[in-house]
Amino acid sequence: MGLVLTTPSSIFAPMTRDHTTRKQNLRRGAAAAWPICLGYLPIGLALGMLAQQAGLPWWAVAMMSVMVFAGSAQFICVAMLAANASLPAIILTTFVVNLRHTLMSSALAVYLAGVSRRFLVFYSYGITDESFAVNMTRFRSGDWNRWQALTVNQLANSVWILATITGALVGQLVPKGAFGIDYALTGMFICLLVFQLQGRIYVVTGLISAAIAVAWYLLVPGDSYIVGASICAATLGYLLKRRYRRQK
Amino acid sequence: MTFSDYLFLFGGMGLVTYLPRSLPLLYLAHKKMPQWLIDWLGLIPVAILSALLAPTLLTDAASRSFVFGKPELLVAIPTLIFALKTRSLGCTVLIGMALYWLAGVLI
Repeated sequence: MGLVLTTPSSIFAPMTRDHTTRKQNLRRGAAAAWPICLGYLPIGLALGMLAQQAGLPWWAVAMMSVMVFAGSAQFICVAMLAANASLPAIILTTFVVNLRHTLMSSALAVYLAGVSRRFLVFYSYGITDESFAVNMTRFRSGDWNRWQALTVNQLANSVWILATITGALVGQLVPKGAFGIDYALTGMFICLLVFQLQGRIYVVTGLISAAIAVAWYLLVPGDSYIVGASICAATLGYLLKRRYRRQK
Repeated sequence: MTFSDYLFLFGGMGLVTYLPRSLPLLYLAHKKMPQWLIDWLGLIPVAILSALLAPTLLTDAASRSFVFGKPELLVAIPTLIFALKTRSLGCTVLIGMALYWLAGVLI
């Protein structure tokens, strides 16, 4: 091709730029993902340990983390296996526990509008409470793209898989509660909540949700409080906002 | 349990986890959403984060009862103030961990 005769830099320039962008996406994704990864370590180790005690071999733990990738559902699965629950019962429970992700998936659609289905099929796999919270906050700040978001999902996933396998293999050797690491995810959620408070209506919605969630959690067994409180609070917040707008 | 038992179990769990994660996104990302839905969904993150956090801070998981003043809550207050002042995710996580560790040593 004639291009070869021109300066080499002109040929390599687009490639280099592309390469830098990819590297930048990875770097920015990693910078956003590390609190999640840190938080996943103790939880993953604990899950692996419990699974091993419940009689699951390490490869089954690996299989579960790859195929399911849902922290709370995996804990429940291990507990139910230990209690000799039937497999369909475990699958049904998983379904109910993970229904909350429909809300997160819907909310992400606002920022991933028009993105190819091929990307979304892959991206959806990594939607968890944690990656959702981090990515939504970044998307809203405007300075975020889908590849960086995907990096967050996949890094969190990798750490989760490795942590659970490690827990199954050597979990007993890790001291419990070292360095307050059990608080990593709580701390992360607190800060992400602060990022979300971009006006009075968000503060009000958050407070309503907290109150409903606590009451629901105390009154109703199971995990329905997350979906229940979120839907109620967002709806009340939306109605309040609309009313406030009309009055002005 | 045999390998195929695990395959059935995790395959089933994986499927019922993946579908709620993917279907809304696959459907809504290629649809023109009405403004009210976008507004409503905009309030979902703050609602979900509060719903996840509040029971952790205000209840006891084992007995499922209301508890006021557990270490998680006491640590959450300075952590929240720190997050409001610095708006730094990384530092907030580390401060929260340090305070929680300290609380564990002191209490």
